[in-house]
Amino acid sequence: MPRLFGHRLSIPAAIGLAIIALNLGAALFAPWIAPYDQADIVGDAWDDPSLAHPLGLDNLGRDLLTRLLFGARMSIGLSLLITSTSFTIGIVTGFTAAVCKGWVDMALSRAVDLMLSMPTLIFAFIVLSVLGTDLPVLIITLACLDSTRVFRLSRALAMGIAALEYVEVAKLRGEGLGWIIAREILPAARAPLIAEFGLRFSFAFLFVAALSFLGLGVQPPDADWGSMVRDYRDMINLDLAAPLWPAGAIALLTVGVNFVVDWLLSIQSRTHGENA
Amino acid sequence: MNDTILEVRNLRVEARSDAGPGPVLVADASFSLRRGDVLGLIGESGAGKSTIGLAMLGYTRPGCAITGGQVVFKGRDILTLSADERRALRGPGIAYIAQSAAASFNPAMTLMEQVCEIPIRHGVMSPTAARAAAIALFRELELPDPETFGNRYPHQVSGGQLQRAMAAMAMAARPDILIFDEPTTALDVTTQVEVLAAFRKLIREHGTAAIYITHDLAVVAQIADDIMVLRHGNTIEHGPAAQILENPQQDYTKLLVAERVHGHTFLAQDSEADIPLLSLKDVVASYTTLLRVIDGVSLEVRKGDTLAVVGESGSGKSTLARVITGLLPREQGEVRFRGDLLPPALAQRSRDQLRRIQMIYQMPDVALNPHQTLRDIIGRPIGFYFNRSRRDIDARVRELLRMMDLPEDFIFRKPAELSGGQKQRVGIARALAAEPDLIICDEVTSALDQLVGEEILRLLKRLQDELGIAYLFITHDLGLVKRLANKVTVMLKGQMVANGETETVFAPPFHPYTELLLSSVPEMRRDWLDDVLSRRG
Repeated sequence: MPRLFGHRLSIPAAIGLAIIALNLGAALFAPWIAPYDQADIVGDAWDDPSLAHPLGLDNLGRDLLTRLLFGARMSIGLSLLITSTSFTIGIVTGFTAAVCKGWVDMALSRAVDLMLSMPTLIFAFIVLSVLGTDLPVLIITLACLDSTRVFRLSRALAMGIAALEYVEVAKLRGEGLGWIIAREILPAARAPLIAEFGLRFSFAFLFVAALSFLGLGVQPPDADWGSMVRDYRDMINLDLAAPLWPAGAIALLTVGVNFVVDWLLSIQSRTHGENA
Repeated sequence: MNDTILEVRNLRVEARSDAGPGPVLVADASFSLRRGDVLGLIGESGAGKSTIGLAMLGYTRPGCAITGGQVVFKGRDILTLSADERRALRGPGIAYIAQSAAASFNPAMTLMEQVCEIPIRHGVMSPTAARAAAIALFRELELPDPETFGNRYPHQVSGGQLQRAMAAMAMAARPDILIFDEPTTALDVTTQVEVLAAFRKLIREHGTAAIYITHDLAVVAQIADDIMVLRHGNTIEHGPAAQILENPQQDYTKLLVAERVHGHTFLAQDSEADIPLLSLKDVVASYTTLLRVIDGVSLEVRKGDTLAVVGESGSGKSTLARVITGLLPREQGEVRFRGDLLPPALAQRSRDQLRRIQMIYQMPDVALNPHQTLRDIIGRPIGFYFNRSRRDIDARVRELLRMMDLPEDFIFRKPAELSGGQKQRVGIARALAAEPDLIICDEVTSALDQLVGEEILRLLKRLQDELGIAYLFITHDLGLVKRLANKVTVMLKGQMVANGETETVFAPPFHPYTELLLSSVPEMRRDWLDDVLSRRG
């Protein structure tokens, strides 16, 4: 079996990695591999699959395969941006709370509790209705909402690590907060955070899809898998496969990511002697 | 009649890895145990003591396997039994008492439930009989309120009581053999005496045979009839306790015995510097939930001094270190360093003030960041305080490693690739890298083997002679104090009960608590425990 991070890959993990690679490839190279542009109208609405259009056409007569490839670009790109931003915010605030303790911790934790007490979807709904649905607004809003959960995890992790003597040594030396967070605590917390990243990536992905489905996410004519499901959903009654393609793509990528996450979690819980 | 109850012949245990057989952990160990006999297994960590202890239960740690020999218990070879037969044996046949009682009890069950579990599960006793037997055992082990003691949860009793409760648990099913695996190592000296006495009484009264595993010869001297000295899995010497202690044949045994006996030599430091390096005056400190953990402590350390702060756990020794370093701001009193008042909190101190006081910790495993190489660990203080170039830092780190008697190419290793003693040396190197005036040593040898700890102390002594650093030793090892420190402060419940030159403090007339501490240090006499107990009445 091939190895990654010095550990043997399990079969599901290998499958998961293949799925992720496929999706990333589609996302990166969409403009080159897609036969048409995502907004091009190339025929009649709901034309059947043919050689020129392997998956058929959509409600406006756009090529479905093209929309699916561009959709990967938007959906995955968005989720990655949202998750990275939310991790940056969550880790910095969470570690700061754990290292500083006292009122800093109290203020940050209560603010997070307040945000967690509101249903995320409703909260996102309100913010996006007020501020509009530009991509930067969408990314920052969702990242902030998501970062509350990252904050909880990183604070708990850092609490345990900050109690270790080597962190005390750094404090006694007079090191600043930045050094303690980046050099002393982060390396020890890396493994669980990476696993959490995969998990939260899946959630961000589903969340964007849900918002698009409700019309508050990605705006037309940009393709994304969530809005594609919304646009095509009625066709399920007419025995058309159109809504199944984007829905299947969402499901496949989520499963793939989770395969890899499961494997990351399992190597993390393994003891050192058994990873040979 | 032959009353041999356990016979071990040519026991061999090897580590197994994916690649095939690994190092031999125990090679050809043979011994026999008669009813009522106590065999002491002694050696450094890694000598194979615990591995032998576990093999008596037919068990090995994951990754190890018993590859040869026989363990014959009452005529049956344990190693050839099926898993079920072995399970029936554990508890009523052979019982095991582990080092850390706190880790071996289920925190969610009362002590009584856990003590009674084995006899009831094995069907040896009815629940009522088991309870009665447990209470009788609690009484024999001199636990407080034996009738109700069992209703408590593990966190509601002290470490020494928990260790005795574990002995009760092991005895509950009336086993023929008890295996004690370092049962007193985690305890204070004063508690250790009580627990040791309780164990010995239990073994004698029930006529149980026992294997007592420890690294402390003085402890084993109190309890064992025979002693087996192990090193790297090999049996070095095996014989009656008196013979091993008084007339050891092998060099290694002689070294072990000598290590424990020697000491009591004082090093007189002339401390004539005008201003004390560190002086504390009426210092008081509290935690938010615990008031006056340090209550009115005054002391002085001069250049080249070694001041030992002694006391049992909970006496405020480590808190004192936290107050001096500023991790715990003091409430009242003065802490002066080279005549200047030190700000109470860490954040208010200057970089230079921080640099001049360094710490070495008890557990080198958690005191070194496992994700950094030694270059980063030792080099960071140099870069941080002295702003040197990368090349200068490298050169200085190599020089420090040489001073620690460590190979220079360790510079790229991470802590996990070092042994316990080597890690502790790295801890010292890191402290020295800051070129401090005072090093606070918090129980620096208590997590190490005797001989390794001895080397660390010798190293610290040498560094003091070369560099004139002052040490503040926090310790409960009085043997160490007598040998290394020229000044002693004895603490009890946050207050100083004695303070001064070592000769004065450890010479009559004692403070009653100093006397209790002194008399609790195990001595290499067979009858020491009896003496202490009879003197205390």
